[in-house]
Amino acid sequence: MSADQVPGPMLETRSVTKHFVKHLDLAAKIVRRLGADIQEEIVQAVDDVSLRVSKGEVVGLVGESGCGKSTLGRMVAGILEPTRGDILFRGDSILGAANTQDREAALKVQMIFQDPFASLNPRMRVADIIGEAPLIHGIITRAEFDDYVDEVLDRCGLDASFKRRYPHQFSGGQRQRIGIARALAVKPEFIVCDESVAALDVSIQAQILNLFMELREGLDLTYLFISHDLGVVEHLSDRVVIMYLGRVVESTTTDALFEEPNHPYTQALLREVPRLESRHSEFLPIKGEIPSPLDPPSGCHFHPRCPHAMPRCSAGAPALKEIQPGWMSACHLND
Amino acid sequence: MSEGSARSDRETAETPAAAASHVTGNTLIVEDLQTSFFTKAGVVKAVNGVSFGVSKGEVLGLVGESGSGKSVTGFSILGLVDPPGEVVGGSIRFRGRELVGLDDIAMREIRGSRIAMIFQDPMMTLNPVLRIDTQMIEAIQAHSRGSRNAAYARAREVLMKVGIASPDERLRAYPHQFSGGMRQRVAIAIALLNEPDLIIADEPTTALDVTIQAQILYEAQKLCRETGTALIWITHDLTVVAGLADRICVMYAGRDVEQGDVDEVLDHPLHPYTYGLIGSVPSRNRRGRPLHQIPGMTPSLLNLPPGCAFRARCDRASDECLREPPVVEHGENRRARCFHPYPEGSL
Repeated sequence: MSADQVPGPMLETRSVTKHFVKHLDLAAKIVRRLGADIQEEIVQAVDDVSLRVSKGEVVGLVGESGCGKSTLGRMVAGILEPTRGDILFRGDSILGAANTQDREAALKVQMIFQDPFASLNPRMRVADIIGEAPLIHGIITRAEFDDYVDEVLDRCGLDASFKRRYPHQFSGGQRQRIGIARALAVKPEFIVCDESVAALDVSIQAQILNLFMELREGLDLTYLFISHDLGVVEHLSDRVVIMYLGRVVESTTTDALFEEPNHPYTQALLREVPRLESRHSEFLPIKGEIPSPLDPPSGCHFHPRCPHAMPRCSAGAPALKEIQPGWMSACHLND
Repeated sequence: MSEGSARSDRETAETPAAAASHVTGNTLIVEDLQTSFFTKAGVVKAVNGVSFGVSKGEVLGLVGESGSGKSVTGFSILGLVDPPGEVVGGSIRFRGRELVGLDDIAMREIRGSRIAMIFQDPMMTLNPVLRIDTQMIEAIQAHSRGSRNAAYARAREVLMKVGIASPDERLRAYPHQFSGGMRQRVAIAIALLNEPDLIIADEPTTALDVTIQAQILYEAQKLCRETGTALIWITHDLTVVAGLADRICVMYAGRDVEQGDVDEVLDHPLHPYTYGLIGSVPSRNRRGRPLHQIPGMTPSLLNLPPGCAFRARCDRASDECLREPPVVEHGENRRARCFHPYPEGSL
């Protein structure tokens, strides 16, 4: 592929921001007309996130509920449009996708979803779920359809004889394999996995994680792996990005992050992730709830829960700064 | 509980009535429990011979994947199995008293008072249209004769205990005004109201974020240490019980395949399923390398063939495994159902 020669990251997000606005209903509009102080509610799901993923890399995107990791993943996969900012695939913006070339680029980024029960059309046979998109996009002809579907199924560890069946005839692990096969069928180069193993049992989760690794080797894939499970991310990723309430708080290589986390939030997360090796643990949790993204705290979003919070933390948000080559962290303690 | 009654429980456990007779525990002893669901498609043996015991202040981790029967075991103890399900065999002795076959009225006295349950979804416990104070006072007055004011004071005290700030304000709130973690705290508080001897927690942190899960685990641990409540923590997540539990019982296809002290089971698993399960957990040591994977998937419990249910997925299986493997004792409080257990220290 000649495109491999393009220098720079394979995928890049530049100051991407996504706001979800809850528009006022008629009653609220009337009340506002009459002088009541009613504002439209705005959720800042993703706030100024810049991310670079190089070819062949697995980047783990970690965070708790409401941190915007799924929204970011959906924007990267082209399902949502960012409010501000730009997303580039091999140096070209994928936003808008007005011409054929753009659409082809969009096809190169595919997504695998969390819920293997909700993400497959229950009325379509497996062969059609997998074969529909490549047929429409002209990757295969009608004559090649059966052989192609067999090949993709086989690659994902499914028996080709299953292809006449419907999704409900499969177990959760098998359905997730069908979801993976569907994503792979259009020959993508970049895969966004959004909590793709979270709904699976441990033994099935291990099978799917191994499949991800095999596919990465075999098809030269690049992954953005979104998960709340630090154990899974540590196992799979080369680099980890930690998000909290819409912002990136830390990003570095997996080794560095798990060895010596810099941001207090990362430290808390790592301390509290349960591990097989830590028996009879003393749980010393950080206090407080995850604040609502509707009304995030001022300054550093983490300051109400942070054990090191200082007055300036509530005053101004810390910038995401390079503390070592390739290691970014957003904390006033680094100044 | 006194030393004397603990001894008498152990004596009853050694009666030759049941096949598995070396279960110990002074709060609860479950022996050869069998719960089946009589469906149109056939009999589903959801729990098919499970034995374990829990003592005062002890945390037992009941571990298994979907369909292993771990939740049905919890429901069976509380007498919450609804038709077409039924406890068809075995015994559940709670502080020496047999719970299998107990009538509804007697069971209702125990449930919520002596044995409480925490569910994965706290809205299973909470009524969405009632204020928290109404629900908590009701739970207290259902089991004791105290005044409303005394009940309110108790509710307030318990909310404080599970780490809820400004309890007076929170008592006047409705469940929808709480976050997921807060609701789970309230559910735990309700379980604690009547100072039960045993709490059964069914995946209570599965839906929660890591930092919130740690808060709940902290409360659970504190509770067992301070009040001596026995705790059965049902989960699919080995890493959670590794930190919390004293003992582990691993279930597969309705049976207890292995149990023992947490360190013993996790460091020296005997049963190939436990071995595989531990290998499946992504952990620091195996980074980037393929995870050990158990081939295939959990079998359907409908018309399960005789013999070891795991044999189709097991790399140690032989013709012998077509027979039902007996429970074999491997030292004190350490049991496994396998013809070919891994030798000690093989992980």
